Amino acid sequence: MTDFAFVRSEMTAAQPAPNRSSGLVAWLRKNLFASFSDTILTLLGVLFLIWAIPPLYGFLIGRAVPPGGTVEMCRVENVGACWAYIASEIEFFIYGFYPMAEYWRPNVVFALLVLLGAPLLIPKVPFKVINAVVFFVVFPVVAVVLLSGGSFGLREVPTEQWGGLLVTLIISVVGISLSLPLGILLALGRQSKLPIIKSLCIAFIELVRAVPLITVLFMASIMLPLFMPQGMTVDKLVRALVGVTLFSSAYMAEVVRGGMQAIGRGQYEAAQALGLGYWKRTGLIILPQALKHVIPGIVGNFIALLKDTSLVYIVGMKDLLEAVKTKNDAIEWASPTQSVTGYIFAAFIFWVMCFSISRYARYWENRLNTGHKR
Amino acid sequence: MASLDGARNEAPRTSLLNDPVIRGIVYQIVVGVLVVGFIVWIVNNTAINLAAQNKTTGFDFLWKTSGFDISFSLFPFDRTSFYWQAFLVGLTNTILVAVIGIFFATLLGFTIGIARLSSNYLISRLATIYVETIRNIPLLLQLFFWYFAVLKAMPAVKDSIALPLDTFINQRGLFVPKPLIDEGFTFVWIALIVALVGWFLLGRWAKARLERTGKRFPVFLAGLFGSALLIAVVWLISGAHLTFEPPVLNRFNFKGGVELPPEFVALAFGLSIYTASFIAETVRGGIQAVSHGQTEAAQALGLKEGDRLRLVVIPQAMRVIIPPLTSQYLNLTKNSSLGAAIGYPELVNVFTGTTLNQTGRAIEVIALTMLVYLTLSLTTSAIMNWYNARVALVER
Amino acid sequence: MAKVLFSIALAASLGVAATAAHAQTATSATLDAVKAKGYVQCGVTGGVPGFSAPDANNNWTGLEVDFCRSLAAAIFNNPDSVRYTPLTSQERFTALSAGEIDVLSRTTTWTMSRDTQLGISFVGTMFYDGQGFMVRKADNIASALDLSGAAICIESGTTTELNAADYFAANKLEFNTVVFVDQDEVVKAYEDGRCDVYTTDSSALAAERSKFANPADHIILPEIISKEPLGPVVRQGDSGWFNIARWTYFALLEAEELGVTQANVDEMLGSDNPAIKRLLGVEGDFGTPLGLTKDWAYQIIKHIGNYGEAYDRHVGPSTPIGLARGLNALWKDGGIQYSPPIR
Repeated sequence: MTDFAFVRSEMTAAQPAPNRSSGLVAWLRKNLFASFSDTILTLLGVLFLIWAIPPLYGFLIGRAVPPGGTVEMCRVENVGACWAYIASEIEFFIYGFYPMAEYWRPNVVFALLVLLGAPLLIPKVPFKVINAVVFFVVFPVVAVVLLSGGSFGLREVPTEQWGGLLVTLIISVVGISLSLPLGILLALGRQSKLPIIKSLCIAFIELVRAVPLITVLFMASIMLPLFMPQGMTVDKLVRALVGVTLFSSAYMAEVVRGGMQAIGRGQYEAAQALGLGYWKRTGLIILPQALKHVIPGIVGNFIALLKDTSLVYIVGMKDLLEAVKTKNDAIEWASPTQSVTGYIFAAFIFWVMCFSISRYARYWENRLNTGHKR
Repeated sequence: MASLDGARNEAPRTSLLNDPVIRGIVYQIVVGVLVVGFIVWIVNNTAINLAAQNKTTGFDFLWKTSGFDISFSLFPFDRTSFYWQAFLVGLTNTILVAVIGIFFATLLGFTIGIARLSSNYLISRLATIYVETIRNIPLLLQLFFWYFAVLKAMPAVKDSIALPLDTFINQRGLFVPKPLIDEGFTFVWIALIVALVGWFLLGRWAKARLERTGKRFPVFLAGLFGSALLIAVVWLISGAHLTFEPPVLNRFNFKGGVELPPEFVALAFGLSIYTASFIAETVRGGIQAVSHGQTEAAQALGLKEGDRLRLVVIPQAMRVIIPPLTSQYLNLTKNSSLGAAIGYPELVNVFTGTTLNQTGRAIEVIALTMLVYLTLSLTTSAIMNWYNARVALVER
Repeated sequence: MAKVLFSIALAASLGVAATAAHAQTATSATLDAVKAKGYVQCGVTGGVPGFSAPDANNNWTGLEVDFCRSLAAAIFNNPDSVRYTPLTSQERFTALSAGEIDVLSRTTTWTMSRDTQLGISFVGTMFYDGQGFMVRKADNIASALDLSGAAICIESGTTTELNAADYFAANKLEFNTVVFVDQDEVVKAYEDGRCDVYTTDSSALAAERSKFANPADHIILPEIISKEPLGPVVRQGDSGWFNIARWTYFALLEAEELGVTQANVDEMLGSDNPAIKRLLGVEGDFGTPLGLTKDWAYQIIKHIGNYGEAYDRHVGPSTPIGLARGLNALWKDGGIQYSPPIR
């Protein structure tokens, strides 16, 4: 028996098992209690939740008056949200002053918007080109004829009577579908080598981006009548549309320009080498890549536009927020939480629309991610 | 590309219509004529309309007495003041709320942005919820909510919450004592300037020494204590007096002291909260744009987590962050115009609202308002571009 | 444009040819345009109860709305041929001068500078009003002179803002203004306690108070600090249209003076009173010179009633707004509403 010093003669005791790297405990340790400061932050977070959630729950659900309740129920001490108020005024919030007998017309437009819009948004559905033509050319005409009436035996409904969510949606949809093409044109103009076009585009973009939307709308409401020949007037809805669209297109132009600048020079040169003219080069090579780069920016602008529709009260349109504000001091529902409930309702509707747009954009970003990103 | 065009210019032509240069000129002439024609048409219409309404134009109205009152202003204004003074009150109030808003929005935005990247699940989730809630709701709605929530939550004047140091909070705002100083303060101001210059020079010296010898010097602490000491000594020697005028409850309201009305608080708060959600996203994007290798390299050098962020990640992230941050600052400034809706006397409220109505000078008033925002925008961009260029110089 | 010029030229030549004895049918570009489109476009407030506000069925009602309806009744024999454009105080005058609306009936105070500098003409005074103050009962304020140091909620861009500044300066009182662009916010801020005082035309004070949850908690102070004659406004330069608007207003007054009401107007057609006969178009033709039909005033009374009826319906003592007639009573009842004779 040799006596090597380095040969272990007895077994060492078993080491404790390593920390679990999976399972609830490990997850908690890794994500919530990784270090001392982490633990403190987590505890602060938990305290915040304990502080915030119960009153929030109590206000929104626990002590709230559900739809169908009466105004007396909303007038008790320490009441929560008065959902009964929202439920009873919901038609005004959706249609504004649109005549009740004609509600089917906006409803048809809403339905068409969903029926035509949804397939356009889902990549798998075929006939995209036909669908797009119908959505962007036929649908607007149908919507205008149907909503404003005055022909085909439909009673005429002037735009002063349109309101609520209807107006918010009209302005957003039209603004979104017009501001992107307009923005692209402006961006191309700004990148152009033609000095007059370039400087005009720069001047427009910079001027519009420098001023708040509120002044653009003030212009549309107070100065536009002065700019028009005597007796010629512009519909208020059209004013709001033009104001919001022009405003948004300047921002869109800058986003698109950013995307175009991110495209390597080689792409332009390769396109030229293939003998492509300006429009083919731009339309087939540059823009598809540029737009893909800047989807987050474009969507950010869409969301901004949607939120900005809340300012059209300046030109006298009753959008969703304005409709809610109008009813917030309706005496029939006068109660302590009436206006807070109204604001929460409006905020929720806006939030749902904006959040779903941003989620949808995230989905496209992933779909288009062809691995060029670092 | 230029060389390509040049080569083509020498090639024989078949048709002038297909020459890109000529076509470019034609396009431009067409666009130019259309735009000029459009402007002439508008100016002409406006002239006819104004003549029909017996209206005059010009900025002479700025030197007329306003006849109205503005209660929140940085300098005295009453009904005998001129319209240009009203304009100035609106302008300074806009700048005031914008500066305060930018400060808090930056603070909150950076905190939330870093929190979103925290490895702590709960914290990053809370930050995400904050960002996704706030930025998807119109600012105007938020302002109404905050303003009326603040009003509802605060006690009436008679039940004001009294805080230490003669500070009161009620529905009419926050009231703090007003510091009153005498002539002796000239020396204190001088001492303050000397201290700041000294602090700056100390910083330069410390940086030079750091680069030369690698030794660090606690510039911040030394500067702070040095300045405080200098000012304190000068103050004692000069015998300057600082007194406070406390707010006193009158029949209706507190008088004296400094008043921060709820419109201001709600607007500054709403703007900060809203803009912070965008700044947070900018910051997150900027930090994520810094390659992870940088963090690992910093770890390998043995830098602590704080130093890693401060010395390695943030300086590189700033280059990505600055341009969008600038536009967020500008957005905040422009959005301050919504203060008109909740009664804060900023430019749009005082000038585009009241002044326009009392004078009927729509064109002049709106043009001036736009000019102000244009100037503010261009100035901010210029400053930020200068800073950006400085930051970018660090790049190799 | 050409039409306007033409009518101005025509009006001028009419003035020169004033010796012509036979009744001329006035030409009004606005009337022609209104007849062509089939409705009167009427600028109203965003909602001041009693004057112009949408009711529960979203139909516009109010004293000033009734003026627009009277116009429509006189022109079209149908009071519903009106379209309403809610306007803010900022945009009302540009909207009128740009031709977006045919008549502005929006609690607008008749002042000299407005009448002479804005290219508009005031038709008359539908409602004699004055600026007042509303305060909370609990504050125990008896007079406006007690208001020194008070916070005051005001709507921007109104004569109200200037009157308040004048009044407080004249009485050497200190005050803080909180100015909002939108009337809704002014009221809400007052209600929520931001201000001690809410000031505007006293009629509007009463109207807004009627909307409060507890109207009895608020009182309107006795001081009336200004003259606020509120009336409809039309564009300058179309005297034909101006006359139609003005005599529509006078017809409402004349009908009340003569005791012609919505209920008895058909009986009154057989009245022997020559003044009633002239008003209702039984005797003489006063409609044609206006470019209207002979029975124009009959149509107004048939559809709207007389001034007193409209007043009682919308702002009178039996309504939630509860305003006594006061200055707005007819001259023979101690007020100052007075119509020149129709003859």
